[in-house]
Parts: sequence; C-alpha cells; structure tokens
Amino acid sequence: MLPQYLDRENEVTKSDLIEAIAKQQSHLPSRDVELAVKCILEQMSQALASGERIEIRGFGSFSLHYRPPRTGRNPKTGESVALSGKYVPHFKPGKELRERVNSNAGREIQTDSK
Amino acid sequence: MALTKAEMAEQLFDELGLNKREAKEMVEMFFEKIKGSLEEGGQVKLSGFGNFDLREKKQRPGRNPKTGEEIPISARRVVTFRPGQKLKARVEAYVGRE
Repeated sequence: MLPQYLDRENEVTKSDLIEAIAKQQSHLPSRDVELAVKCILEQMSQALASGERIEIRGFGSFSLHYRPPRTGRNPKTGESVALSGKYVPHFKPGKELRERVNSNAGREIQTDSK
Repeated sequence: MALTKAEMAEQLFDELGLNKREAKEMVEMFFEKIKGSLEEGGQVKLSGFGNFDLREKKQRPGRNPKTGEEIPISARRVVTFRPGQKLKARVEAYVGRE
C-alpha cells in the first residue's frame, strides 16, 4: 500500500496515524505502534459499550446520550415501526482542541466529496 | 468512573509490554496526532470507532447567560464526532442503569 499522506488530501486514517507515530517512535517496531493504537481504540469502544465515560484533558470527553423510544417509519413501505430507546455516543471537544481547531477557521477544509 | 489516559497507558503496559514511559508517550501521541490533524484542517477517520469532522459555523446571535446582554457568537470552526456503525451497535446494546 502507498503511504496515504500523499495521495489523499486532508483525510487522516488510522493507518496514517500509526505511520506518523511510528516515524516519531523509531525505537519501536511499527507493529507495536499498530497494536497500541488498536488497543487504545478498543479500550475506548469498550468503555462506551459498558456505559463508562472517557475523559481526555485537552482533547475532550465522550459520554452516552439517551434517545427515547419513538415511532419510526420504514422509508420503503411507509409502514410505522416502534423503535425502542437507545444510547448513542457523544463527543464534547475540550478547550485546547476547540481553540486549536478554531485558530485556522476560514482557511480551507476539504470536506468529504462522497 | 471514567476512562483516562493513565488507564489507557496502564493497559498498554499490561497487554503489550511497552514500558511505562513508552506507554504514556504512545497515548499522548495518539491524541496529539488527532488534534494536530484537525488543527491543520484534516478530517480524522478511525474505522470501527468513528470520524472526527470539521464544520464551519456562521456568526449567530447569542446572549450572556449571566447578564442577559445580547452578544453575537462569532463565526468559528468546530469539531464534530460521528460514531461509526460498529461503535453505534456496541453502544446501543448497552441497556443503561436507569
């Protein structure tokens, strides 16, 4: 696979992150960096799946928001369907992240063209 | 209890055998790279977890909640998180404590 920093503008994937960290942590095999990133993400998913919050200073916090039961509609048939209440993940950016991101407001962002 | 960087590093130490310093650096770098990418205007896509997107907000009217005074909220760029299918499905299965 090609290094992705070059061929896809303004979109960073998990493998890009792994590559960037591996470059800086050259004493660690990139396999370890890959496992570490996956381990961090798995812990985060696991925490949320068990109803636990995630708090990362300067980055932000993740919590669950409750969505009450509602009546939905099957878009194909128009039939109503009862949807039960559920939890959805919610992210609140921290102060540092908010400020850093906003410092470049007005400069170009590439949005997903899909 | 909330999951924190310290616990994440502890897990890297236990599970992957990184030393404590490496584990701490790894967690630090992970979040720093995401922040850096977003700061530079790049969307971050973490498959299985979710995407961090950027949105430009226009100026809108606001109010100082203490004084009631009207002050415009300036135009800004904000980060939003869109959980992926896999994370949504895992979280939905949580029944809650209520």
